[in-house]
Amino acid sequence: MAALLQHPCYEEERLRRVADKLPCREVQAGTLLSVMGGPEQHSFPSIFIYGHRASGKSHVIHMLLRELELPHATVSCVECVSVALLFEQVLLSLFGCDAASLLPRSPSLSDFVRIYRQQCSHSPAVQTRYIVMEKAELLRDMDANLLPALLRLQELVQDNVTVILLSEIVWDKFRPNTGCFEPLQLHFPDYSKGELQQILAQDSHPSYSAELYSSYINILLGVFYSVCRDLRELRHLAALNFSKFCEPLEEGKVKESDTHKLWRNIEPHLKKAMQTVYLREVSSVQWEQLQQMEEKDTGAVRGLSAHAHVELPYYSKFLLIAAYLASYNPARTDKRFFVKHHGKVRKTNFLKKHEKTSNHLLGPKPFPLDRLLAIFYSVVDSRVAPTASIFSQISSLVTLQLLAQVGHDDQIDAPKYKCAVSLDFIRAISRTVNFDIVKYLYDFL
Amino acid sequence: MSTSSVSKGCFVFKPSAKKKKRTLDVGDYFIDGCEGSGNSELRFKLCQSLWDKMKTETEVLQDELNRKILDRLLEFAGRPSSTFQHGADDWAARMRASEIPTAALVLGVNVPDHDMTFQSLSDLLRQSVTPHVASVQAKECGALKHLMQRVLERLMGTVVSVDEEEEGDEEAEHASTQLHNKRVHCSLGTLCDWYKSKTKRSNNGTPNKKRSSHVRDEQPQPPVVIIFKDLEAFNPRVLQDFILICSRYVEHLPLMFIFGIATSPSTIQHILPHSVSSLLCIELFQSLSCTQHLSTVIDKLILTPQFPFKLSGKVLQVLVGIFLYHDFSVRNFIKGLQLSLLEHFHSQPLSVLCCRKKEALANVLQLSHQDLESVRQLPSFRRYVERQEPQEQVNLLTDDTHIKGVCQKLIKGLRKYHKNFYPILRCLHTLTSSLPKYPLGKQIRELYILCLEKNVWENEEYQSAMQLLRMLARDELVASLQTCAEILKPVKAKKMRNVLDQLEDLLAKFKQLDKVSGETAANGEEITSPEKGLQKKTDLFQLQKTLLEMKESRRSKKMSPFEILRNEAVDFIDSLVRCYLAPPESQPLNEVCYYSSSAVVRRHLNATPRTSIQTALSNPYHYLQNDTLRSEDGTVSNAAPDICIVHKLHLECGRLINLYDWLEAYATVVSAAEGTHPDSDEFGKVDELKHARFIQAVSELEFLGFIKSTKQKTDHVARLTWGGC
Repeated sequence: MAALLQHPCYEEERLRRVADKLPCREVQAGTLLSVMGGPEQHSFPSIFIYGHRASGKSHVIHMLLRELELPHATVSCVECVSVALLFEQVLLSLFGCDAASLLPRSPSLSDFVRIYRQQCSHSPAVQTRYIVMEKAELLRDMDANLLPALLRLQELVQDNVTVILLSEIVWDKFRPNTGCFEPLQLHFPDYSKGELQQILAQDSHPSYSAELYSSYINILLGVFYSVCRDLRELRHLAALNFSKFCEPLEEGKVKESDTHKLWRNIEPHLKKAMQTVYLREVSSVQWEQLQQMEEKDTGAVRGLSAHAHVELPYYSKFLLIAAYLASYNPARTDKRFFVKHHGKVRKTNFLKKHEKTSNHLLGPKPFPLDRLLAIFYSVVDSRVAPTASIFSQISSLVTLQLLAQVGHDDQIDAPKYKCAVSLDFIRAISRTVNFDIVKYLYDFL
Repeated sequence: MSTSSVSKGCFVFKPSAKKKKRTLDVGDYFIDGCEGSGNSELRFKLCQSLWDKMKTETEVLQDELNRKILDRLLEFAGRPSSTFQHGADDWAARMRASEIPTAALVLGVNVPDHDMTFQSLSDLLRQSVTPHVASVQAKECGALKHLMQRVLERLMGTVVSVDEEEEGDEEAEHASTQLHNKRVHCSLGTLCDWYKSKTKRSNNGTPNKKRSSHVRDEQPQPPVVIIFKDLEAFNPRVLQDFILICSRYVEHLPLMFIFGIATSPSTIQHILPHSVSSLLCIELFQSLSCTQHLSTVIDKLILTPQFPFKLSGKVLQVLVGIFLYHDFSVRNFIKGLQLSLLEHFHSQPLSVLCCRKKEALANVLQLSHQDLESVRQLPSFRRYVERQEPQEQVNLLTDDTHIKGVCQKLIKGLRKYHKNFYPILRCLHTLTSSLPKYPLGKQIRELYILCLEKNVWENEEYQSAMQLLRMLARDELVASLQTCAEILKPVKAKKMRNVLDQLEDLLAKFKQLDKVSGETAANGEEITSPEKGLQKKTDLFQLQKTLLEMKESRRSKKMSPFEILRNEAVDFIDSLVRCYLAPPESQPLNEVCYYSSSAVVRRHLNATPRTSIQTALSNPYHYLQNDTLRSEDGTVSNAAPDICIVHKLHLECGRLINLYDWLEAYATVVSAAEGTHPDSDEFGKVDELKHARFIQAVSELEFLGFIKSTKQKTDHVARLTWGGC
């Protein structure tokens, strides 16, 4: 396999060392290396690498650049709240802090290019310089000219520089309307189960044998592979649960070879981990504490979503109920639900065919403030004065994200809202005020 | 003012130095417009000192309530962060993904109340755990760079430049070129460097001797705590990006987050996707619910003889109502209490007597003749007088020195009444709060309001509660009587001592019963035997018969000693209630301590802007108090302000209003008001002035939100309200 990573410009010994650190990514590393060529050779102006999270993109690039001692700058685009930061980091790591301080207060792209060229003339590139942009999808939200310029930076600065973009999104989603230089695309596929097994088994615990750890990883993957293929996450989970796996060994109940018994011991535990700590219902620290506790105490720590109950003031509850009704009932049915003597409405007529599709499947619909208040007054069982605090409760419901304000024009005259809570939530709320909400919902007639 | 200038124009008149108003302080505002201004300064002083006492009490209370959760949070913050502190030698630590420790602090929906909690939290953190605490609010962090800027500013205590701002400012530009090398960039990298220099400096700062000892190992590196006060209001995108950035630095910077959550912890999962929440190590902290908080506040501020100021049942109901129905905010409740305190001292001249016993007795002697007259006017005092002998009545109504003596006696009596009232109230509550269906309310405040309003023993609910008490099992009854004894123990009043003695006698008797329980056990079997027989029979008629028989036998059966004793205990409680829980109205001079104008409190705390606007427009007399505007049966006189007329006319229209018709109608009304003869040519004619007035009124209506312009029809506006004539 190591044979894949070959290049005449580098010593074989060195390449082998790199290859050892890049398990299961030899093919991609090989391609990359052949694109990059030797250190003195001109390289392709821009390379676009995409693949899912934790598929080894950054790892491969960094290993190559670091082990082969190539000049490079790494920038994470999420960190660059302004373009200036991005430029500064690039100049800083390529030319040192003197160059970075030359940037004016709020630099434009041409400032960057100018200073780059200036520095370049002082110290022309002996080796190809690499600029690695992590989370490159965020470049799209920055200045419109940034991405196209970066793609052909080589031309602009007339230097031997290659920009490498790393992203989780395919290139098609990047291409600007105006067209641009097409970078070389490279896909990093997901690791297969076998590959994951191979990589995870590498970091075995020092005090146990590698075989044992490998079998542990096997069990772990058996449980988690169907829900999670993220290498980082799997490694985290492996570390969290390994002590439990070793428990019977420590106590001397089971030998290392007795894999079936070990499996029987750990499997329910891992299943539980999948529902709790993997979903971050329980934090990893709490999970470790749980493991030390006895089985009977484990009920003590409840997950985050177990606390779904929200305490609200009485009228806020009714406002929320009214908002839910307004969001999920068609406006023309209000008369039927909330007017006492609404006259006879034929059921067949009332239930129109095209509205048969559940409103709950379509999601909440916006409604004006008037309608909300009209429903509110008819739903609440006592006479309520339209006080200022009723209105302020509506806006606090919006800040609590239980209601959502829709649209931006006409905010003062006729604001529109949507109800942003689930059916279960509203049922729990209406139960506390003895209101049978299902009776008032068009979908459940 | 006048000038000698002949020309028209504007002239500036500077106010002469003498005329300059001296700035008013709070006291002046209080005294200004105060009822019975003779003793208003004294009242103001009393009011302030009383409020100060209540305020310190609430602050102590708040601290105590928050202590538990704050202690847990401090412990959490002090805990060495697992990913940061362990060396690389620990296998598990190396393998685990680095997570940022995060405390999810659930505080309830009353967001304005949280400020205090966060303030004390960050103070405590600064004192005991780490100097690096920054708290941010959603409204100041609209974009990622603002959030970053706030965090950095608050941690480093310097101004951080965000580019693209303050552009073109000559001086700033100049300064920035000077400080070019020192320019602080808004990135976590900067923070990281700062943190390193900070910790290193403190390291160098310690003398060499100390360094050799393990002082630094114990407190290795203080965490950097970032508090997000209102998580729900944050832009999810900003938060996600911020967490992503932070997670990149977690190896170098011991970061820690505290999320203030108003609704439920599951909002974290709504806001953050799994890829982001997997970077956090979230632990949950749930604070006391606000209703419990309110109960404690009421317990400590209202259900105590410590403070002479009292709320009447109605006012208390208004305040509790606002809390339960509207905002859940304890802070607002206390504000309401403050308002009623202020109003009481402001509006009631006799509130000089609402203070501690000694002062009150002294103040009675200071009362003027006018004040004593108002004492005689008090309904409670009049009732008291009517109960006296005729000679005494004459004395009370004519002799000022005599009435002062009586007032002193009555004030003492009122104090005693309060001293006895609250312990007995608590006793009654402990007994009744465990009964099924809570006939007298689950919370002590409900019972208190009942007691304030009328004689509680005349309530049907009270009767049924007593009946239920007569059926209570022994252990329950004894347990609650014991708690009652506990409640009475610290009370120093003489009468309460007697009550306690009697109660303890009762308890002793219950204990004695245990000794003779052997005998009653045999009786018990006899009683249960018919029930056993009952299970066998299924015939309806038979069943009815046996039930009747059982009833008969029970009635005729002699009561067991326990039942006799139980009745005795309940009768004792009942007598206590009748003796001590009379409503305050029955006490002479209660008006001195009790504030009762609930309407004022409601008007101030629960404003109804819409109703006010409606009243102003439909009945201008209500606010303007101008007799020409007075009108009956909801009509608006044609001399009313333009906006009222326009409003009245617009009520007669449908959803869309034709502006021209409206103008014509307006002109007719106004012409009538001007006294133009209906037959003359001028009548109803639209001239420039009327036109302008009309347009102004219409735009005022638009401003108030009654109408808006519409594109549906030319020359029409849309009504935003419905109903009308």
